[in-house]
Amino acid sequence: MKHIKSLNTRSLKNSMVKGGCGECQTSCQSACKTSCTVGNQSCENNK
Amino acid sequence: MIHQYKNNGYNIVLDVNSGSVHVVDDLVYDLIAIYEDTPREECVEKLSASYKKEDVLEAIKEVEELKDAGCLFTEDIYEDYITDFKKRPTVVKALCLHIAHDCNLACRYCFAEEGEYHGRRAMMSYEVGRKALDFLIAHSGNRHNLEVDFFGGEPLMNFDVVRRLVAYGREQEKIHDKRFRFTLTTNGVLLSPEIEAFLNKEMANVVLSVDGRREVHDFMRPFRGGKGSYDLIMPKFVHLAESRGQKDYYVRGTFTHYNKDFAADVLSLADMGFKQISVEPVVAPESEDYAITEADLPEIMEEYDKLAREMVKRKKEGKDFNFFHFMIDLSGGPCVAKRLSGCGSGTEYLAVTPWGDLYPCHQFVGEEEYCMGNVDEGVVRTDIRDEFKTCNVYAKEKCKKCFARFYCSGGCAANAYHFTGDITGAYEIGCEMMRKRVECAIMIKAAEADAREGVDEK
Repeated sequence: MKHIKSLNTRSLKNSMVKGGCGECQTSCQSACKTSCTVGNQSCENNK
Repeated sequence: MIHQYKNNGYNIVLDVNSGSVHVVDDLVYDLIAIYEDTPREECVEKLSASYKKEDVLEAIKEVEELKDAGCLFTEDIYEDYITDFKKRPTVVKALCLHIAHDCNLACRYCFAEEGEYHGRRAMMSYEVGRKALDFLIAHSGNRHNLEVDFFGGEPLMNFDVVRRLVAYGREQEKIHDKRFRFTLTTNGVLLSPEIEAFLNKEMANVVLSVDGRREVHDFMRPFRGGKGSYDLIMPKFVHLAESRGQKDYYVRGTFTHYNKDFAADVLSLADMGFKQISVEPVVAPESEDYAITEADLPEIMEEYDKLAREMVKRKKEGKDFNFFHFMIDLSGGPCVAKRLSGCGSGTEYLAVTPWGDLYPCHQFVGEEEYCMGNVDEGVVRTDIRDEFKTCNVYAKEKCKKCFARFYCSGGCAANAYHFTGDITGAYEIGCEMMRKRVECAIMIKAAEADAREGVDEK
């Protein structure tokens, strides 16, 4: 494309199919303890 | 829903509901702003005043292509899914063990009030800790990965119990086919070579509390007599980080009203050689002199921008480091269930006091009305659990319209409670900063993509 550069073309909706296994880290166990940052947690499904 | 913004020379378009991110030229940026509410012919007419008509037509085609591919103007289809997801029976998978309600520092901003959480000084006994681990295993259902954070106060003031509990956990995980991930947060005062070796062997992550520049750190994190702690702890943290291969740890600072120029603190930590850095805003009521107020926000926003620009520069120079609040995974990352269902406090994540009482999280400890039970009887106040269970992005009016909801998961329930009296409220100042951090994190990704392609720096 000439006018648009997509950094990703993900769709979060795809993660509805296999998501929600709950094996990933609880956000407050990483560093924060005062905020809620989940966007940077890793998915542990299929590991 | 679209969120579009300009940052560091980039025109960024986030398609909120799909998570797609696009860097666009000025024409598409202007087109997207009017696209949904303006008929196509009118779009062409309006934009042709500033751009060549053939370019406008081409831009419309590109936008339509992405829309058809589900990467622009997508709908939010998740509300029923998340509501059903949250209704599932809960398991407990993470505990914050308040191993010591006491501290050897007297940090001014401590929400635990020098470790005591509005109560009396106390150490968790091995017996209480063991029952907490048993409780976790018994209530973890099919979850394999179990997390236990040794927290305080200062956990190293009760190190012998930490050591014994880890040994007990290692024995139990084999019996029950679980994996314990132990983590520990420390101020470093009691850190020794022996303790360092233990932490490196057993802890999946360690959080090292340090605020950045010496004067900033010593002002907020003194000993009880008033003397600063920086010179004692810093060499030990530098050594620990190196001994862990610069991974699986965070140096974790807090910035306040007194160091709104916190980018300098982050960079001070980076200059000391740390690669895993988290410096976060203090959360405190406005009555505290160090609290971050609405009036502080413009300066703080500029500081986040400044830090993001510096990180882009340092990455190019091979001097990169991770800043926890700018970490974002655009192509992977958590599933939508995780993103929208909240942090798990009160359901899969609980805090345990030295006496074995259970609370929704560490920040509720001391709020007696939120005591949920104890390690002997388990969760007896299921009404509290159910209140937290229904707490998700869609239970919060303000989150429904916010572009950052897939990144903060509706924010911190404790902050909402402390500022609005309701766990489904919103701590507005925190929300403002969260939105800024998401914007900066995405900009950094745009700059990294340019760098990979050899595009000149903006």
